[in-house]
Amino acid sequence: MREPDVAVELYRQMLMIRRFEEEAARAYSMGKIGGFLHLYIGQESVAVGASAALEPDDYTITTYRDHGLALARGMTPGAAMAELYGRETGCSKGLGGSMHFFDVENRMFGGHGIVGGHLPLATGTAFASKYQGQDHVTMVFYGEGASSIGATHEGMSLAALWKLPVVFVCENNQYAMGTPLTRHLSLTDVSKKADAYGMPKDRFIADDVFTVRDRLKVAVDRARRGDGPSLIEVRTYRFRGHSMSDPAKYRTKDEVEDHKRNDALQRLERQLEEHEPTSALVADVKQQVEDDLQAALKFAEDSPEPGADILAPTTYAGDFAG
Amino acid sequence: MSELRFRDAVRAAMAEEMERDERVFLIGEEVGHYQGAYKVSQGLLSKFGEKRVIDTPIAEAGFAGLGIGAAMAGLRPIVEFMTWNFSSVAFDQILNNAAKMRQMSGGQLTVPIVFRGPNASARQVGSQHSHAMEHFYTHVPGLKVVAPSTPADAKGLLKSAIRDDNPVIFLESETLYMFKGEVPDEDYVIPIGTGRIAREGKDATIISWSRLLQVSLEAADVLATDGIDVEVLDMRCLRPLDEQLLVQSVRKTHRAVVAYEGWPYGGVGAEISDRIQRLAFDDLDAPVLRVTTLDYPMPYNANLEQHVIPSASRIVDAVKKVTYQGGNV
Repeated sequence: MREPDVAVELYRQMLMIRRFEEEAARAYSMGKIGGFLHLYIGQESVAVGASAALEPDDYTITTYRDHGLALARGMTPGAAMAELYGRETGCSKGLGGSMHFFDVENRMFGGHGIVGGHLPLATGTAFASKYQGQDHVTMVFYGEGASSIGATHEGMSLAALWKLPVVFVCENNQYAMGTPLTRHLSLTDVSKKADAYGMPKDRFIADDVFTVRDRLKVAVDRARRGDGPSLIEVRTYRFRGHSMSDPAKYRTKDEVEDHKRNDALQRLERQLEEHEPTSALVADVKQQVEDDLQAALKFAEDSPEPGADILAPTTYAGDFAG
Repeated sequence: MSELRFRDAVRAAMAEEMERDERVFLIGEEVGHYQGAYKVSQGLLSKFGEKRVIDTPIAEAGFAGLGIGAAMAGLRPIVEFMTWNFSSVAFDQILNNAAKMRQMSGGQLTVPIVFRGPNASARQVGSQHSHAMEHFYTHVPGLKVVAPSTPADAKGLLKSAIRDDNPVIFLESETLYMFKGEVPDEDYVIPIGTGRIAREGKDATIISWSRLLQVSLEAADVLATDGIDVEVLDMRCLRPLDEQLLVQSVRKTHRAVVAYEGWPYGGVGAEISDRIQRLAFDDLDAPVLRVTTLDYPMPYNANLEQHVIPSASRIVDAVKKVTYQGGNV
């Protein structure tokens, strides 16, 4: 077992995301969580591997499927669950909800709900790092479904033109909501989009969290050296529907089961169990995650809701402009 | 005081703020080497260099979004739209990212950014290049919207906008760029949200902003020859709106005409009319009238364009109507 300490920590993060979302789904079906809830289950190795490739001050920006990245970057499960519950103690004070997790201290710059609209923001934080003479890297995540929209390309075009320190990570989970990529993209190799901007690219399957970390680290290092952006296509799979309201009838049970057999979380768990000294630690990690999760649920339940007086000062800095 | 053209006042505001704050930079199409499509940024590249005066590809969503991301990370961008018409392809960035970032992050992030450029009609530039965009942007909480009519106000308000911690929509006018006015020599700012009385009067109030303010003053001169003494308000800022100024003036004149570019359906004029009837209902002696761009896409033909754009004579007619002295409105 290589890097046993790291392996245990990455396992803990992936398990926390998996279990967090299972509990969130349960709370959703009990009516405790409103709006949309897009689960990341099956894709945990991407956010966790990616976060392990980054420094704490590096910027991350992602889509509305954002719980996994937020937790991987260090958001507490309590702040995350409280946000889903719409509570004042949530990471966005109950104003953002599932799709808009923000944790500026951990450089998690959202949770964005307009497909592709957040890529230019990432180009902007990367621009700021370069302008300020800092060596921070920005990593931005988007789905393959965002590969056809304008903002995605404008963000990449500017980043490549000015060699900005950003890594574009396409989380290809193979379905843009219910549309398989073969029905919405002329190229099934999404990483080829990089060629149009003269960006380096890579493409791999996310069934091993260390692979994710190490392959993304190459792009992160390149950005940090000042050698510009990269486009990395990480092929993954979501085990659940697009959101809680999607029974995912557009794909077969066999297809889903096939992917579940390659679940990166279970794979890592097996590896840990098969090796010393980590085998003895798995049960402890599971218990710790359950304890943390129960505490997070209680925290969310017990937290107050935000009052209407929060609205004006969060809408404008300074006096309200009506 | 110095006499400056409107474009020179805008440039002076940018240059002064870039001098005083390293975080301020200018980004947009042709702002650098070309010296600005309308020469507003002339000379800034040689003064501040390519790091801070940045030519972009034609990619409004991209560079507007870049500016917002840079602002989230601590910079204070000035994003120039060659004209505000082109902001329509960056609308998602302004609406969903600039305006909402602070609120949806629970107040963790602010977006101190200025979007600026010429707005509304120019001369015969046709239907896609003549939009008055204030009516779209004032609708959005999280944004501030500024539309000055004089060089002095342009400079003082743009400096405020650059120093503001919120996203500010700053609307200029191609046909005002040559307009000259006295501008104070000292460092000054004009607070966003304050209008001004451009001309004092007692018989009726004309409420306007940007280029139409100058047209309203022409109308006031014509009305004076007919013995009608109008007050003209230059709102300067459309969000926040200086309600107090509106109410004070209507309490004095009891009659109001709102004159501006933009279509009649909804918009800033409807908002101003609503506030007047709500806040000064008992003071009104006539319905509030609006003089707007007619309800068509802008025609190219010069005569038809003049027919569609609000004119001094249409403002004169509206004032005569609210003062019950005739008028063809």
